[in-house]
Amino acid sequence: MASQRVDAVEDQPAALRRGGPLLGLRELTLIPVIVLVIVIGAFASDAFLTTDNFLNILQQSSELSVVVIAETLILLSGKFDLSLESVVGLAPMLGAWLIIKNVEIGGSGVGLAWWLAIPVVLLTGAVVGAINGFLIVRLRLNAFIVTLAMLILLRGVQLGTTSGKTLFDLPAGYLYLGSGKWIGIPVSIWIAAILYIVFGLFLRYHRLGRALYAIGGNAQAARVAGVRVDRVLWGTFIVAGMLAALAGLMLTGRIASVVPSQGQNMIFYVFAAAVIGGISLNGGKGRLLGALTGVLLLGILQNVLTLAEIPAFWIDAVYGAIILIALVVSWATGGTAEET
Amino acid sequence: MSGQQPAADVAAPGPAIVEVFGISKRFGTSQALSDVSMRVPAGDSRALVGRNGAGKSTLVGVLTGIISPDAGRVRFGGEDAPGIAERQKWRDHVACVYQKSTLVPTLTVAENLLLNAQPIGGLGWIRWGAMRREAERVLAGWGMELDVEQECARLSVEQRQIVEIARALIQGTRFIILDEPTAELEGREVRRLFDRISHLQSTGVTFLYISHYLEEIYEVCRSVTVLRDGRVVAEAPLGDMAKGRVVRAMVGDAGPAAGERRRADAGAASARKAPALEVLELHIDGAVFGVSLRVAAGECVGLAGLAGSGKSEIGDAIAGLVAPMGGKILVGGAYLRGGDVTDARRKGVGYVPRDRHARGIIPLLSIAENMTMTIVEQMGPAGIVMPGRQDDAAANMVSSLQIVAASTGQPIQELSGGNQQKAVMARALASAPRVLVLLYPTQGVDIASKEALFAIVERARAGGAAVLIVSDELDELSVCGRVLVVFKGRLTEEFPAGWSSEKLVAAIEGIGHGEPAG
Repeated sequence: MASQRVDAVEDQPAALRRGGPLLGLRELTLIPVIVLVIVIGAFASDAFLTTDNFLNILQQSSELSVVVIAETLILLSGKFDLSLESVVGLAPMLGAWLIIKNVEIGGSGVGLAWWLAIPVVLLTGAVVGAINGFLIVRLRLNAFIVTLAMLILLRGVQLGTTSGKTLFDLPAGYLYLGSGKWIGIPVSIWIAAILYIVFGLFLRYHRLGRALYAIGGNAQAARVAGVRVDRVLWGTFIVAGMLAALAGLMLTGRIASVVPSQGQNMIFYVFAAAVIGGISLNGGKGRLLGALTGVLLLGILQNVLTLAEIPAFWIDAVYGAIILIALVVSWATGGTAEET
Repeated sequence: MSGQQPAADVAAPGPAIVEVFGISKRFGTSQALSDVSMRVPAGDSRALVGRNGAGKSTLVGVLTGIISPDAGRVRFGGEDAPGIAERQKWRDHVACVYQKSTLVPTLTVAENLLLNAQPIGGLGWIRWGAMRREAERVLAGWGMELDVEQECARLSVEQRQIVEIARALIQGTRFIILDEPTAELEGREVRRLFDRISHLQSTGVTFLYISHYLEEIYEVCRSVTVLRDGRVVAEAPLGDMAKGRVVRAMVGDAGPAAGERRRADAGAASARKAPALEVLELHIDGAVFGVSLRVAAGECVGLAGLAGSGKSEIGDAIAGLVAPMGGKILVGGAYLRGGDVTDARRKGVGYVPRDRHARGIIPLLSIAENMTMTIVEQMGPAGIVMPGRQDDAAANMVSSLQIVAASTGQPIQELSGGNQQKAVMARALASAPRVLVLLYPTQGVDIASKEALFAIVERARAGGAAVLIVSDELDELSVCGRVLVVFKGRLTEEFPAGWSSEKLVAAIEGIGHGEPAG
């Protein structure tokens, strides 16, 4: 530290600079990796560098990217949520279950209108988030173990409710978010893009967004400075749950059904995208833009691996190895040595 | 395993069990110890006293081989101390019972006592029965009783100390340092501890006893070493040294020259005005028992007391960080909602917490952000934080408080300690508070920054703020007019402007009112 040296200076330095950089170096470290993967993709397959394929990549990444926003909010505040992937499955399943009249094919018999089912989906996410928040913020239980238990519990509720059936034959309105198009571009891409802009600005320019950074950076100091730490954290879990539910609705719309395993294992990719995108697991550090580059890298990678005709059984292994490499690359370039 | 049985010979002023010569140690710019020499004969019980920052902890660190001195030597029983890396050899010579537990909480008493020295059978299997019997025998041999199969996490503070002492004795250590052992004990337990100490002393164990309660050392110790500003300023048998002399040695005779400089005008005149801050019969669970105080606008009042006296809790309660169990706090005539930081700030409380690293700064966030946290609602409509406005506000504070920084967007962790503290002060002042509560406002900053911080406080006071400085540093209290003393959760004394350092210290240390140890 240069503390003494600086302290000894009585007068001000010549000019005080205002503000900080809008873009950290850290947000750009994945760009070269993404470019590299795109170049490899272009060589691997003629079908790669086409507009259709890129829209395809974006659409397939859209649900993941929305869950990554949710997890980023929680990670920035210094907490943890594994149960988001279960919400991705459970929330749209509950909506679909309430819609379907036929009990034989796994419905509830209620026959709820699709436009009423959508609020139910979002409410489910909010309720799960509120319960997580209660256990973690109020009872101060460990976030990892609480949300792990919640993950298993919700997965079980989903299986139990439908007896393991896939729910299909859903009304078009319920599927719209994942199947509709605006000016030739899938609605889910629009939604993800809008959410990234809104939450990106929120985190940068809203006091609650800044409060998340403050809490994740030093919760005690944030409290002393007047941030209502518990309330903000609780709210974050609820918003994250709703975002995960929305992502689930988008996924259901894209595949036009709810499979019992919807969302399963998604959380691993959520964490991978957030962390290689520079979101610190210790909280208080990282930007949503970085997380977005993480999502894009994973999405493009998956696409390239498929197009390159890597044997399906090996895709996961290659995928995992490349995530590790991306982590090392971003560590080497971003110099985030304090990351643990 | 040598010497599990008490040695028979009674302590005599024989060869020194520990000796240090010319120890010096510097941390950064501060000289923690300079040329300290001390000799403790075997069988003695020596008190080590000094005010905060006098160098006691550093000396204990040197004596236990945790801190390597820049100069000087340590000798045990006439032999040079082992190298700094040889932890085991140091443990043979000296053990320290700290305020914090060093036992493994999930293991039993017996396991802790014989950690890594368990009786083992063939193939390294632990013989549990033998271990239990061994532990019981050792405890009984030293006159201590304890269920050796309890988990250490369940032990009381007193029992934990017994285990820590017994563990040291098992290792063959005959020199034990007790670091404020009575801080968390009740009266009866303190008595038993003293009995135990004198029993062990009679079997040849030597103690170095560190305590803030001067009354205690006269009960358990035979001699005293007084440290001040990293130097030994007195060393004598306690029989030759009355309490007054010990206090004088601790405080030094710097007295008026350094102490009185700002007191004269620290708002004594305005004390008769309506109070800006009023605390009535404040009760805080386990810490504060019925404290009332008032501070007038333009007055600077000190709130002094030992660590754990409850003074910090009073400050925290005013800031809304702690919800009181009973009593009322008024700021400018308005009652504060208990335990609500935002409410306290809106009604006019500015607060500088103790320990800026733990509670003051958010290291990765910018200076601008750290400083404007208390006025975030002024940064734009509907909760929006407009960076331009934030930077303007920050730039104003940076120039008015002369904070040395390259940019308002610089992460605050890159600033020096003094400038970080100024930024925390700036944040407290940002909401134009009518009451300023400052906990150890200049702790851990260099001299130049300290003066600058005092000047900032003085400016706020002259501008009409009521200032309450919570501290036990004479330096910090010297800017105050009146000083109130808290001892064990109660206000015990009030010193009007012009107080003498010596009497104040005596009051802080609890001399002259009530029993010292419970």
